[in-house]
Amino acid sequence: MKYLEDIGSYFLMLKRVFGSFTKTSVLRHLIFKEINDLIIGSLGIVAFISFFVGGVVAIQTALNMTNPIIPDSLIGYATRQSVILEFSPTFISIIMAGKVGSFITSSIGSMRVTEQIDALEVMGINSLNYLVFPKIVALMFYPFVIVISMFLGVMGGWIAGVYGGFTSSAAFIAGVQEDFIPYQLFYAFFKTFVFAFILATVPSWQGFYMKGGALEVGKASTNSFVWTSVLIIAANYIITQLLLSS
Amino acid sequence: MIKVEDVHKSFGSEKILKGITTEFDKGKTNLIIGQSGSGKTVLLKCLIGLFKPEKGKIFYGENAIQDMDDEQQRKLREEIGMLFQGGALFDSMTIEENVMFPLRMFTKQKKTDMVARVNEVLKRVNLENANDKYPAEISGGMQKRVSIARAIVNKPKFLFCDEPNSGLDPKTATLIDTLIQEITHEYNITTVVVTHDMNSVMEIGEKVVLLKDGKLVWQGTNQDIFKTDNEDATNFVYSSDLFKKIREVQLKEK
Repeated sequence: MKYLEDIGSYFLMLKRVFGSFTKTSVLRHLIFKEINDLIIGSLGIVAFISFFVGGVVAIQTALNMTNPIIPDSLIGYATRQSVILEFSPTFISIIMAGKVGSFITSSIGSMRVTEQIDALEVMGINSLNYLVFPKIVALMFYPFVIVISMFLGVMGGWIAGVYGGFTSSAAFIAGVQEDFIPYQLFYAFFKTFVFAFILATVPSWQGFYMKGGALEVGKASTNSFVWTSVLIIAANYIITQLLLSS
Repeated sequence: MIKVEDVHKSFGSEKILKGITTEFDKGKTNLIIGQSGSGKTVLLKCLIGLFKPEKGKIFYGENAIQDMDDEQQRKLREEIGMLFQGGALFDSMTIEENVMFPLRMFTKQKKTDMVARVNEVLKRVNLENANDKYPAEISGGMQKRVSIARAIVNKPKFLFCDEPNSGLDPKTATLIDTLIQEITHEYNITTVVVTHDMNSVMEIGEKVVLLKDGKLVWQGTNQDIFKTDNEDATNFVYSSDLFKKIREVQLKEK
């Protein structure tokens, strides 16, 4: 029953987010601030993880190719497919659920605890629009993070493959270009947009409707990570089933 | 003036307010007092529209807040200033930005005009040269003063204060109380203060409303409360050791 109430309250929150809008000049300022906090602030960790995981994928693929008739280009092909289809859109989103999701929940939760949200409401401001809408808009730039992650992941694979002595540069690049299906990019970016929406709204809901004090802010942040991850994984499965299975 | 008519509020099966009827006068500091759990803050939150009463009405002038549509309620809230117990300043903004916030949201003033008004109200609350500091960098008393400045910057008609001197030393608490009263008279606004501090009652209680277990048990001025025979009022006033001793001395002198 509680789950049903929570789902209902999540959708009611979404309705209020797109209700009575905050003054445009204020909203513009908030959107730029959120882009800086949520998008620009995440580039470092995303770049670091993507580069090294891309490298590990290439090495793992190379080390598991025991049959001599399998061409070296498979390393580039496997790296590209792993990074573009799953690693960058899905697993970077899980990492973002920890980084960005916890940040959103704890910042909104702290505002709830210290009555800052009540202060907004008393002033006649739609607090959900003021707090959550700029985060949704900022996270619509999330696919740019994923583009960077994809590029660095493949580049990490190329460096690890070539400089680790597992393949030649030409073979790796040929593998990256092999059997390229543009629709798979559409699939990857479609799910990235869905994950971005989940990343913006689920942690916001957790923070906005939390009750209690500082300890509960911590608990809400943990719940936020768990539920955002669960929803991303579930959405990933559903989208994959709908878009890739014929 | 704010008129409260038979307001009831419950949370689940627990009845918090059980039919409160009273009036809060314009140009006066109206105090809602009572022990913890008596329903003071719930009544305040009903007054400002954060809680909706199940029964009863709250009138701002001639209009009941319950009968107003969303736009009318939004307009009304622009006329409300609120001082929260913890200050409720926005952590990510400087003092200047905090005080300027209602102006940015609700007016079309130029930045220079807004800054001038902010400096004016910060001066009024005796807090100059702190514009660029963040709330975490100033003391609790200063935060309360910033919060008062933010509440009055847009020239409200109604000022609500939730335990304005909680967590402050007696001297700073007196300063805050005096400031609230001065601002009330200066702007001729309706001020409602929730407190359980008897010093506040003595200093600024031009009208005092005493709640007990969600019911209004006594109302009058700060002078009346020391003379009344009402048992609940007497019990509340003389619940502290200091006031008990004063009472004993008074009775001996009689």
